[in-house]
Amino acid sequence: MNSLILTAATRVLVPVIVAFSFVVFMRGHNAPGGGFVGGLLAATAFALIAKARGTDAARRALHFRPLSIAAIGLACALASGFWGGIARGQFLRGMWPLLEATGSHLPLGSIPLFDLGVYLVVLGAVTGILFALDDAIEEDD
Amino acid sequence: MTDAVAPGWRHLPAVASALAFAGFVSLVPAVVAGGAPTLALPWVPALGVEAAFRLDGLGLAFALLVTGIGALILLYAASYFRTDRRLGSLLLTLSAFEIAMLGVVTADDLVTLFVFWEATTITSWLLVGFDHERGAARAAALQALVITAAGGLALLAGLLLMGMTAGSWRLSGLGALQTSTAYPLILGLVVVAAFAKSAQWPFHFWLPNAMAAPTPVSAYLHSATMVKAGVYLLARLAPNLGDTALWHGLLIPAGAITMLIGAVWALRQTDLKLMLAWTTLMGLGLMTLLLGVGTPAAITAAVGFLLVHALYKAGLFLAVGMIEKGAGSRNYTDLGALARAMPVTTVVVTLAAAAMAGLPPFLGFVAKELIYAATLGNLLLTLAVVVANALMVACAGMIALRPFAGPPRSPNPTPGDPVWGLRLGPVVLAVLGLGFGLLPMLAENWLIGPMHHSVAAAPLEGHLGLWHGLGLPLGLSVATWALGLGIYLNLNRLRDGLAAAEPRLPRTEAWYDALMAGLFGVARAITAATQTGRATSYLRVTFAVLAVMVWGALLTGPIAWPSLAQLRAATFIDWAITAIVLASIAIVLRSRSRLTAIAALGGVGSGIAFIFILYGATDVAMTQLFVEILVVVFLGLAMVRLPTAGDLPFRRLNALVAAALGIGATVAVLAVLGTPLDPVLSTFFEANSYPEAHGRNIVNVILVDFRGFDTLGEISVVVIAAVAAIAVLKRRVR
Amino acid sequence: MELLLAVLVGALVAAGAYLMMSGRTLPYLFGLTMISNAANLAIFATGRLTFGKPPLVPGDAETLAGAANPLPQALILTAIVIGFGLLVFALALALKSYRGLGTDDIDAAAAEERT
Repeated sequence: MNSLILTAATRVLVPVIVAFSFVVFMRGHNAPGGGFVGGLLAATAFALIAKARGTDAARRALHFRPLSIAAIGLACALASGFWGGIARGQFLRGMWPLLEATGSHLPLGSIPLFDLGVYLVVLGAVTGILFALDDAIEEDD
Repeated sequence: MTDAVAPGWRHLPAVASALAFAGFVSLVPAVVAGGAPTLALPWVPALGVEAAFRLDGLGLAFALLVTGIGALILLYAASYFRTDRRLGSLLLTLSAFEIAMLGVVTADDLVTLFVFWEATTITSWLLVGFDHERGAARAAALQALVITAAGGLALLAGLLLMGMTAGSWRLSGLGALQTSTAYPLILGLVVVAAFAKSAQWPFHFWLPNAMAAPTPVSAYLHSATMVKAGVYLLARLAPNLGDTALWHGLLIPAGAITMLIGAVWALRQTDLKLMLAWTTLMGLGLMTLLLGVGTPAAITAAVGFLLVHALYKAGLFLAVGMIEKGAGSRNYTDLGALARAMPVTTVVVTLAAAAMAGLPPFLGFVAKELIYAATLGNLLLTLAVVVANALMVACAGMIALRPFAGPPRSPNPTPGDPVWGLRLGPVVLAVLGLGFGLLPMLAENWLIGPMHHSVAAAPLEGHLGLWHGLGLPLGLSVATWALGLGIYLNLNRLRDGLAAAEPRLPRTEAWYDALMAGLFGVARAITAATQTGRATSYLRVTFAVLAVMVWGALLTGPIAWPSLAQLRAATFIDWAITAIVLASIAIVLRSRSRLTAIAALGGVGSGIAFIFILYGATDVAMTQLFVEILVVVFLGLAMVRLPTAGDLPFRRLNALVAAALGIGATVAVLAVLGTPLDPVLSTFFEANSYPEAHGRNIVNVILVDFRGFDTLGEISVVVIAAVAAIAVLKRRVR
Repeated sequence: MELLLAVLVGALVAAGAYLMMSGRTLPYLFGLTMISNAANLAIFATGRLTFGKPPLVPGDAETLAGAANPLPQALILTAIVIGFGLLVFALALALKSYRGLGTDDIDAAAAEERT
């Protein structure tokens, strides 16, 4: 699988895909996209690295352990829930401090935080399984 | 030897229990004055269920017993198991039991009562099976659980019937139910529950078996509290269900039989703890009998004896633990002449045994006089009670004299009284039995009178006293002592005779063994027939049942088929995509190459993604496409490690099931399309997505805002699936 | 088009069920994927079809009418991700059981237990 072209291409492509996945996630509230799609797209980028340069390279590119990413994602989602829960007495109640303060429709608030949680959970879970699967297969060789 | 729990913490449960006891004591004046403190919290308001508690005389007396004896037992247990690493779990479970028991005796709501009742069953199962590494302890725990939990089910049915019949879910609001048509059924169910819990014949055998429990547990559960829950239930419901021919007919014979069985077989035992278990059966039978008689005098006797019994029996159980710790055995044939070496134990046992034998001036004597006065009307009953009490006198003599007098015998070469933590509880209990006897007014005003008032629904008439004058009860007492002495003097012969007769007698436990054997047999047969261990046959059954359900619903229900006008005409692109997907399915089914099959599977997914794009589901299509890419990547990785399936042999049965299910699915989708769509939710989302949730992508807003709780659950599932898959993959296989 | 979708659902269910009953791990995984797809399509179809109008509130409006039904889409979107998680878990099990038992027969574990 050590295709020279693929290896070279991933160096350029992956940062672009990851950046794009984040854009997809950010615009998701008002246009097609969001945490699920963005997370899957980012995971695809790391799958690409794993294919081209091996799991270790993909791990390095990810920087954090996959399950830690997933756990942080879950924590984000819970934090979003408690934010509304504490401020308004309803768990997961949407909070839009920026909108209330300035009227700006920038997606900042508890709901985008929740979606970020989704993004991280999907990214962490998929890459985690991918790396484990790769390890398990290499173990056989 | 190190402490299992740090000294400061070891006694925390006992202190907490003592504080609770003090709290209940502070309520005594209010209850004695006729009040009933009540606490009700809403629980399931839609069903009228409340977490309601009420303290009347009966509840308060029980609450005092539960917390007071509980404090002493927890103190005792902390010393008894001081170096045992399981002490923490024992104290925790005992405390949990205490709370559950407290709930039972204070609950005023029927559902609350049931919940706490079951909690006592479960915690007592844990406590009886405390030595869970011993098979006998596990078997005894299971037996106690099965019998008392079966009783619990009967109780649930009985309570629900009562609630529906009376139209009230409060125990205090049930009113008289004796004339309702459901009365016989209600009474039957309640009686089964009470008999199972209080070990009445024919359920009695679980109690002696439960002596597999550690001594503090037996002292608490099997003498003072849990086994009295059944008696409590009968006493509690006596005003609502009592005093009918059926009530007398059920309670009196069962109580009498239990009383006599317990008294006779107590003589047979040489293990002091087992002997106490059998005498407990005698006591429980006597209480049931007295509640069955149900006259004011009998109720006074029942509640009086209940108090006496709780004090002396818990004290004796704990004292047996002292003997075991101090002398190394609890079998009286191994023991003798311990009085000098173990003075505290000797005094405690003597005091408690004197109460048990009903000697003056103990409260036990007062109670026995009451019992005789209450049963005088019926010669047969009087006779039974005298015989049972005489046997108790003999047993009391055995416990008080055999270990402490006679030739010196002790497995422990240097017997002695155990540490103070083990002494305090038994001493307090034994002294209380004497103190209440000397000052019967105290017991009457604080405990027996209010209890009587609750059960008889009328205040106590007359007074308790040590001296009732030269009457028939006193004569019967004297006769009892004489008979008891006679039995005691011939004890060894009687015991050996009983031991010889035992194998020839029918075992009452036989029905339980047969029932369990039958249950396991049926379970085994069903398992053997259905659990082949073959995943393919499970799948076949699952899909077949699913097909039957789908077709059953389609064939039996009224179905509105969609008219062609309701359906959208298929365009060329629709036809093309459908053809591609169908062809891909065929390739997956027929292909011999793994790679081709995986590619075709990707074709199926991509085709479906295209359908999503065409019909306005952009988000879904994107998700589907990325998942499809990842599926191909993952299957591609795994494919290398999994063998090619090659040609799958055609299986007609599987094909038939699959076809039935598939056609059923098609027809079901069409049938749904024929029914009108209720757009209320979708309209709501469309109208509120931007104004309320500040998002223009409605699908995303539903996911992260309107239905955020669902999504939270879903991403949790994703994390769990990942953790599980990674754990499976990381695990090394042989 | 709904008619075609219904046929597709039926075909996917039938093929998926047949493959899952084949007793081999790789076909089983294919079948699982197909049945997931079938369920999603069925939900989508029963939510009614609207051609080419995603449920996005236009920039100059507050509310939306006449676009595709957003509710089934939200349901399907998470179902796809969950289905993927399920598939991957089954895949992990399949790999490990093949490594442990040396066969991809999904009844092999039971057979081994009996001997």
